Amino acid sequence: MKRAFNTQMVPLLSVFAAFSFIIMMFNLPLPGGTTGHAVGVGIATIVLGPWASILGISIALIIQAVFFGDGGITAIGANCFNMAIVGSLATYAIYRGLAGRSAITSARRVVAAGVAGYVAINLAALAAAIEFGIQPLLYHDASGAPLYAPYPLRIAIPAMMIGHLTIAGLAEMVVSAGVVAYLQKSEPGLLKRTAPGAVEDRPAVGSLRHLWFALAVLLILTPLGILATGSAWGESPPSPMPRGLKALSSFWTAPMPGYAPPFLKSPAFGYLLSAMTGTGLILLLILLAGWMFRGRTRG
Amino acid sequence: MQGYIERTIASLIAASERAAIAEQVAFSEGALQRVDPRVKVAGLFSLIIVVAASRRLGVIAVLFLVAAVLAAASHVRMRRLAGWVWLPVLFFTGAIALPAIFLTPGRPAAIFATEQGLRAAAFLIGRAETASTLSALLVLTTPWPWVLKALRIFRCPMIVVAILGMTYRYIFVILQTALEVFEARQSRTVGVLPPSERRRLASSAAGVLLSKSVHMSGEVHQAMRSRGFRGEIHLLEDFHARTADWCWLAGFGLVVAAAFWYGR
Repeated sequence: MKRAFNTQMVPLLSVFAAFSFIIMMFNLPLPGGTTGHAVGVGIATIVLGPWASILGISIALIIQAVFFGDGGITAIGANCFNMAIVGSLATYAIYRGLAGRSAITSARRVVAAGVAGYVAINLAALAAAIEFGIQPLLYHDASGAPLYAPYPLRIAIPAMMIGHLTIAGLAEMVVSAGVVAYLQKSEPGLLKRTAPGAVEDRPAVGSLRHLWFALAVLLILTPLGILATGSAWGESPPSPMPRGLKALSSFWTAPMPGYAPPFLKSPAFGYLLSAMTGTGLILLLILLAGWMFRGRTRG
Repeated sequence: MQGYIERTIASLIAASERAAIAEQVAFSEGALQRVDPRVKVAGLFSLIIVVAASRRLGVIAVLFLVAAVLAAASHVRMRRLAGWVWLPVLFFTGAIALPAIFLTPGRPAAIFATEQGLRAAAFLIGRAETASTLSALLVLTTPWPWVLKALRIFRCPMIVVAILGMTYRYIFVILQTALEVFEARQSRTVGVLPPSERRRLASSAAGVLLSKSVHMSGEVHQAMRSRGFRGEIHLLEDFHARTADWCWLAGFGLVVAAAFWYGR
């Protein structure tokens, strides 16, 4: 342990253990109208890494048991094993596995954090349930009365897991996913410790370049439709044309009727030119709307 | 009905109030307060272990009485002990133990309860109540830094003692920050927040606290470095055992040995 410590780890672990302690006090509203408490092991592991998280959560649990009488002094070892060791290692494995090399700010990391927190706290609960469940087998008096936890595995496991699968797991999921989503926006640097090899976030220009390329391909492909035989259903004027509609048909004459400008002989090139003109007009309208909206916001 | 923010604020205030009262009681002039913290830590921890190891209900009941007498002699109010320890432990452990009265197989006792079930529930509640009372006595009669220093007699690594001490101190700093976050939000909130908004508030509050904690640890580290911290930790171990402390140690030893012998 001494080797693992450098001078920075002493205040970091202390402050982080204090943070975990406070997080355990948060009463989280959960779907369904109930509330639950999170351990904070998910977010501690994602930010600090598994080993520092094991130490930080253990310290929080020790203070909780000794100073605030919550958890029991003789149960400190079991609590640290279940919540700190099992919880941290499970979170790390699941988060790294699900998040892969995705970018620090990707939604995949939020989902991975939520799933990791949920599964880790349930694995910790399962470990605790097994510890409870084997006690009646190991410790009982002469009359057969259990001396410690009274329930066998067939009762202890469902009793622990129902509460954790439905409430405590959700609380951990809300905190893990919620805090990762918050940090992605405010301090993405804090998420880098457990994201080695994460791809760099692409700037907005890069993603727009892909869009421009896709648009150009679609424009080039527009004449494909005229290779097909027959005509598109519902596009041709009805025959015979109703009188009212015939009277209205001369109301407006399109400059490029039938996607074929009159001055061009090639229908394919006519389609291409029409597509380019239409796209250009749409872009122009969007730019105009954007300019007007900006002007109004400033005003 | 109290809102989510109000409930969170109330629980955060309750934690700091409890710590403040514990500190106040720890500095009062009671019987256990005068005992050397090393003797107290060793004696009370040994009693807790004996309670956990005892296989007789009578021994656990006697140790509970010993704890209650020690509390009374140390100016720890029974009402406070009941509110902080006995009732919460009874409700929590009682809820776990209650089904065991009926589910544990054995000789029928009354209605659907079995003798073995009643004994199992009594063991569970008795152990939890007695051990919690003894650990509460340690904290209520000893300032936390002294408890930590006394942990050195168990060969607890100095670095762990230092981290436990710093953690305890920063719990109150972060508690204050959390309070301010929620109070700031409360002062800007009209009406009742929908559940999704409450979840978002809890997550963002946790995120803010995390971010502040990391920055604070950086500042604390710089402050420690600037004061000469190079990784070595030195504690001022200035406890001096008096004759009375040796008597207390002998008394604890006697009770622990007797409880261990009769509780086998």
